[in-house]
Amino acid sequence: MSEIPTELRYASSHEWARLEEDGLVTVGISDHAQNALGDVVYVELPELEAHLAAQSEAGVVESVKAASDIYAPVSGTVVAVNEVLEDAPETVNQDPYGDGWFYRIEPDNAGDLDDLLDADGYAEVCENDEH
Amino acid sequence: MPQKTPLYDAHVEAGGRMVEFGGWDMPLNYGSQIKEHEAVRSDVGVFDVSHMTVIDVQGDGAGAYLRRLLANDVARLTQVGQALYSAMLNRSGGVIDDLIVYRRADGYRCVVNASTREKVLPWMHEHAVGVALNERDDLAMLAVQGPRAIAVCGSLTGLALDDLRPFSAIEAGPMMIGRTGYTGEDGVEIMLPGEDVADLWRRLLEADVPPIGLAARDTLRLEAGLNLYGQDMTEETNPFESNIGWTVAMDPADRQFIGREALEQVVEAGAASKLTGLVLEAKGVMRHGYIVHTAHGDGEITSGIFSPTLGYSIALARVPAEAQGSVDVDIRGKAVPARLVEPPFVRKGRVLVS
Repeated sequence: MSEIPTELRYASSHEWARLEEDGLVTVGISDHAQNALGDVVYVELPELEAHLAAQSEAGVVESVKAASDIYAPVSGTVVAVNEVLEDAPETVNQDPYGDGWFYRIEPDNAGDLDDLLDADGYAEVCENDEH
Repeated sequence: MPQKTPLYDAHVEAGGRMVEFGGWDMPLNYGSQIKEHEAVRSDVGVFDVSHMTVIDVQGDGAGAYLRRLLANDVARLTQVGQALYSAMLNRSGGVIDDLIVYRRADGYRCVVNASTREKVLPWMHEHAVGVALNERDDLAMLAVQGPRAIAVCGSLTGLALDDLRPFSAIEAGPMMIGRTGYTGEDGVEIMLPGEDVADLWRRLLEADVPPIGLAARDTLRLEAGLNLYGQDMTEETNPFESNIGWTVAMDPADRQFIGREALEQVVEAGAASKLTGLVLEAKGVMRHGYIVHTAHGDGEITSGIFSPTLGYSIALARVPAEAQGSVDVDIRGKAVPARLVEPPFVRKGRVLVS
């Protein structure tokens, strides 16, 4: 059973989003996603200052198994990317909700997070995935 | 319903993530594919390869039959226990399958792929004259591979495996042990009755031999430059286009094996394409089906992986025969620089590309 922290919001495409105190939104992929992908060997992150629309492509995760697109959970402008992943992509497997974050965006509208799934809703998505 | 090997429960117990492969429920990995890969390169690991198809060929005509059926020549197996790798060709010279043939006291044993069983068995029967073909689905098969494989298996079986030469096998009762494999490391493949395999598996795990899944099997074989049938070669490609021309025995000239006429034309005209290695010179991972742009025309990646040993992506690709040196690989619309190299990439723990 994978870990699904209750304080985060989730997209059904397996990204998580966390509203930080400074109003920025940190984005990563869920424990369920990293587990399904297997060993992550390369992460292609969005460009700094790029504006991403919700559900648009924000990058690619390459695992030993396959390449998977990652999507923006909410619309906003990229203000930081996790440079640790450049040399240590395995951090995504080791700490998906912490040091393995992908990028931070300044959301167009912080209220958009409410449209995402809560932990219970996302748990249901994962369960359906397994059947 | 996919078939299960006698070790199905043992895989689940060991944490195996089971997937369907060639009609069988097989372990993809037992946690980390990269750790499993590294275990085989640096120490030892055990694979359940019981899904492979084992066929015994017996009867007075066995040798003549295989000399007609296979592109390599079993007449080269002058002693019991010797083995060789061969392609089985159709009349156009395309590869129907690749296999290992062992010479035994009363005939030969062929080990063919699991995924090709449904077409290979009818093909073998269609050409069978003066032989008995006996599919040995009563046998299970383990591959124990890595620098410690010979020592571990020697001590568990009580057999003097140090003396066993590469590409040869010994039989002990119902068990056959060949010094062969699909990883580029030293090791053995052990065929034994299905009812005995769980016990040997348990003893290997107790001797600190970790189980290795199909995913690591794929990265190990690709680093070793070994083809995967159905991906790197098919019925549409001949051995000279598949980097296994060395396994075709054109001599003696009077041996009429199936596909010979077509191959003679290829030899005369020269193959238009070749299967070769590729290393990516930027970040990213090359995958099956990606297009390769060379100065002599486009080619295609047949197998691509992230190489755990090298820390970058490597591939096998079929490209125009004249292509060499620097090329570009189309990765999701971007031209990424790569370089053509001769496989293998890694063998016996040593990196062979720079």
